[in-house]
Amino acid sequence: MSKTPVLEFRGVTKRFGTLTANDNVSLTLHQGEVLALLGENGAGKTTLMNILFGHYQADEGEILVDGETLPPGSTQSAINAGIGMVHQHFTLADNLSVLENITLGTESLWSLRQDQAKAREKLAAMISDYGLVVDPDAQVSELSVGERQRVEILKALYRDARILILDEPTAVLTPQEAERLFATLKSITEKGLAIIFISHKLHEILAVSNRIAVLRRGAIVGTLETAVSKREQLAELMVGRMVTRPRLSAIEPGELVLEVRDLSTSGTGATELKQVDLTLHQHEIVGIAGVAGNGQGTLADILSGLRKDFSGTVQLNGQMLKAGNPRAIVASGVGRIPEDRHARGVVADMDIWENLISEDIRSDEVCRAGFIIDGTSARARAEKQIEKFDVRCKGPDAETKLLSGGNMQKLILARALSNTPSFILANQPVRGLDEGAIAYVQEQLLEARKRGAAILLVSEDLDELMALTDRMAVMSHGTLSSALPTGDRTIAEIGLMMAGHGDQGQSNMGISANGH
Amino acid sequence: MSEFIDILLTAGFWAATIRIVSPLIFGTLGELICERAGVLNLGIEGIMTVGAMSGWMWVYQGGDLWTGVLFAACVGAIFGLLHAVFTVHLCLSQHVTGIGITLFASSLSYFVYRMLLPDATTPPKIVPFKPIAVPWLSDLPIIGEALFTQSALTYLALAAVPMVWYVLFRTPVGLAVRMSGENPVAVEAQGINVLAVRTGAVMVGSAFMAVGGAFITMSWFDAFYFGMINGRGWICVALVIFASWQPGKALLGALLFAGLEAIQVRAQQSAGAFIPYQFFLALPYVMSILAMIVMARKTRYPQALLVPFRRGERV
Amino acid sequence: MVIEPRETVSVWRAGLAPVWAILASLVVCAMLISWAGASIPNAYYLLFKGAFGSAFALNETLTRSIPLIFTGLAVSVAFRAKFYNIGAEGQLYAGALAATFFGTGLITLPPALMVPFLVLTGALAGGALLIIPVLLKTHLKVDEVVTTLLLNFVVLLVVSYLIEGPWKDPASLGWPQAASIIDEGVLPTLLAKGRLHFGLIIALFMAVIIWLMMRFTVQGYEIRAVGHNAKAAEFSGINVNRTVIMTAMISGGLAGIAGVSETAGLKGYLTLDLSPGFGYTGIAVAMLAQLNPLAVVPAAIFLSAVYVGADAMSRAVNIPTYIADVLVGVSILAVLCSVMLSQYRIRWRT
Repeated sequence: MSKTPVLEFRGVTKRFGTLTANDNVSLTLHQGEVLALLGENGAGKTTLMNILFGHYQADEGEILVDGETLPPGSTQSAINAGIGMVHQHFTLADNLSVLENITLGTESLWSLRQDQAKAREKLAAMISDYGLVVDPDAQVSELSVGERQRVEILKALYRDARILILDEPTAVLTPQEAERLFATLKSITEKGLAIIFISHKLHEILAVSNRIAVLRRGAIVGTLETAVSKREQLAELMVGRMVTRPRLSAIEPGELVLEVRDLSTSGTGATELKQVDLTLHQHEIVGIAGVAGNGQGTLADILSGLRKDFSGTVQLNGQMLKAGNPRAIVASGVGRIPEDRHARGVVADMDIWENLISEDIRSDEVCRAGFIIDGTSARARAEKQIEKFDVRCKGPDAETKLLSGGNMQKLILARALSNTPSFILANQPVRGLDEGAIAYVQEQLLEARKRGAAILLVSEDLDELMALTDRMAVMSHGTLSSALPTGDRTIAEIGLMMAGHGDQGQSNMGISANGH
Repeated sequence: MSEFIDILLTAGFWAATIRIVSPLIFGTLGELICERAGVLNLGIEGIMTVGAMSGWMWVYQGGDLWTGVLFAACVGAIFGLLHAVFTVHLCLSQHVTGIGITLFASSLSYFVYRMLLPDATTPPKIVPFKPIAVPWLSDLPIIGEALFTQSALTYLALAAVPMVWYVLFRTPVGLAVRMSGENPVAVEAQGINVLAVRTGAVMVGSAFMAVGGAFITMSWFDAFYFGMINGRGWICVALVIFASWQPGKALLGALLFAGLEAIQVRAQQSAGAFIPYQFFLALPYVMSILAMIVMARKTRYPQALLVPFRRGERV
Repeated sequence: MVIEPRETVSVWRAGLAPVWAILASLVVCAMLISWAGASIPNAYYLLFKGAFGSAFALNETLTRSIPLIFTGLAVSVAFRAKFYNIGAEGQLYAGALAATFFGTGLITLPPALMVPFLVLTGALAGGALLIIPVLLKTHLKVDEVVTTLLLNFVVLLVVSYLIEGPWKDPASLGWPQAASIIDEGVLPTLLAKGRLHFGLIIALFMAVIIWLMMRFTVQGYEIRAVGHNAKAAEFSGINVNRTVIMTAMISGGLAGIAGVSETAGLKGYLTLDLSPGFGYTGIAVAMLAQLNPLAVVPAAIFLSAVYVGADAMSRAVNIPTYIADVLVGVSILAVLCSVMLSQYRIRWRT
């Protein structure tokens, strides 16, 4: 490829205080190719894209598009240069229509009217060209996750993007939707566009890309042709050492711990539960797979004590769950790891010791006379928990908001696991963590399993579920499939069930990889 | 009861309603523009006060009426800019900033008024906007007097409703404003500066509020009194919720309140003997609370209302 | 422009934030003073002298700080839970109404019981006024700022009706005012001269109690947790709605006591000008105190001094007394800014 690259990073460096987020990054992207940018969470992928889009300015280096320097610090000039981005967290306004979301910013702000007819025409042409079917007049809030991603791609294409960047695009998709996305990407590159595909999933990258650039601690540690790359080699490059995520060892399940019978919530939305049955035993990790927003959150809320408006029964160690009462539930032996640690897990503006007592603040251990907090014993206990769970901080009186993501999760683990719960609800426990922290969290869960806890693991990452669960169920539109031993269903079968095609494990579905 | 119907049938009642509604329309539209962009502007009460004072003072010092309105709008926009710097750029609490702006703007208005007119015991007067009778239309019964013999500022208020609607829902800049109130990250991702959009919206909205205040001193009355805004700004905030952030419904809500006020002025005269006047005066405030209760379950707030946007975060 | 959190905030930097805010407010007012044609140092000297320059002045300053301590505490407790109670003004009058209803002869108790009884009724009345706004917030998500503000106007009209009508004191020679509080209910004065009354002791006592509650009790913990992150608080098992309602009752109660203290301690009877905006000034007090209950006391004394001093200053040089209100408004904005700057740094380059 001797032609001028469509996009080139030259020695881009970005520092935040003492941290170097991007260290002398040089990359080239050519017309018609898919370049995969591989790196674990925190490797600097997002920072690099933020520099490209002008949200940050690089301290050193420059970015060239078609050989011309891109002015730094301007989103507008990146868009005008033909760069389009599909964000991992969609940047769409739910209450506005698809058309409005797509046309925003495409006309001069000061023109006195919008040319809707022309916009519709152009959009319709693109929809049929690329097979990105979506109704232009639908409200975004009515769309499925897959459809929203199509809108995001259309948004970029509508602005005549020649370079498309996709940030972790498959994180929210079913395997079949992901296959379909890959097919779309292929047709896009055939029309001469270039794509940067950001991911940390090795098998995807191997499937979809022409070349692979590996980013580690802000620096490019290798650029490889996909055709000659090996999975193990990439993994080692990405993390810098051989990491093996922990795996299950065989243990016989023990007594029944959690029994959910006929659990339903009122309403008709996809997040409302419909007659959910589930059992968990000692020494067992049961996984729940599913696309976000299919009822996993509702089930987790009920088991955490945040909701009590349901029908059906939940029994824990033979006792009815104290519905709607988180403290009673914790006291009865439940450890809870919430989905979003910043929003729900901690009060970032309070001290570490205060966060560590939040779930049992009225217990005799930290409370005197029923309402006075015993700061001395609470701090002493916090000190022990910090040490045991290796939370890196200045001590119990440090502010929680200063903790890194991994340490914040360790703090939550310390709170949830300290009193040896018999049932652990782990909702996306490793999302957004780096490999070291992921391994730590998973080891802690396996440790708890070994000691006899029953663990419910909710995740959108099928690889994680495959590696870590004894049994697995799939949730779709509020319905939970039976939990079969992990390995009894193939990834393709699970993907179909995630898309709502029912629990048809035994019948022949005749599904090709290109979907439905 | 028949007395009540008699009131409704008089042209004077409708004329009064349309007159009284003007400041509510300006204030409600102003607040609506700010909130559509995602910024709650509780400076409204103070900005209306400062608009009332500055417009009036401009004319009192020898300026003409229309430049006075323009001056009031500019002063309002400056306070809007102050609000925007605090809430949009520095991401400070929109609630507390708004209250601070209200206290600052209204006390500054009184201070300036007293500075310029230290000895005025009875408030001095200006020559306010005169009613303009629209040829032909003003001859219609009831409606003619009510709708077509108003001051130019009232016509402006009524015209502002479709104009604001058109700008918000039919132009690119309106789309950018609405999107800033729904998902600022999406706006930024499309290469539009959210901070600029929000700042502009708050300034324009505040200018509307100030003109609403100016109407009271320059068209409805002819002098500036202390405490003359008297909670109208807060009523506008309630009206925005009542209107579900729609300009057309805002007009309806404002009319309802103005009608109430017009009735209460008349009812005080007829029923004052057995119902205390304070009851009628309290009605608009109580109705505002009721209006919010009624609409609370139905309305869909702009999703990014009160949510600050910091560039580079989560993009 | 980029705003980024400082990694460490020294106690020093945080503590100085309100001082910077006060300095900034004084600078803004200095501009107005020089516009008025007065000498800035002289005007501020007169203001200081008017507030602290004599035993009488000091006495007045402390007397006027009493309602501000109560309303400042009311606001600081509420804002801690992010419950924006802007209705302290109305709650103050509600407390005054209760004191007038029970304290003008309906019930007679010995002074040692009568005073606490009136304080309690005032607190209950102040809290009661917040029931509607707080339930609207917790159950219908109606913004409490607007409802509490609107209720201020309603309460004032109720007071106006009562003291011009059924409660009007026949002995008042036509002035709209209610009957006097009976002697048993009057708060004793503290010094032989001047108007300083027992309300100050109650106010200081409440400041300490609220400080202890916020810092050392489960209830205080829950209020802070709800204010900082309601979702996380709910997850950890705190009943968020109940906490907000409790906070509102405490806040309204404190503002209600201010009304009792003004009626039974200072004026002796209820009038429409009982409070020249103590409820709104309480917001500035709480903000200057950075919502710390103990710091509310010096903040209230400072703003009280500004008002008392501004009166004296405006008599001496020709500056409208509204300068004190301007300073209150500016100080709210300035303290917001300075507290933020103590925790974040602004960089102009990305």
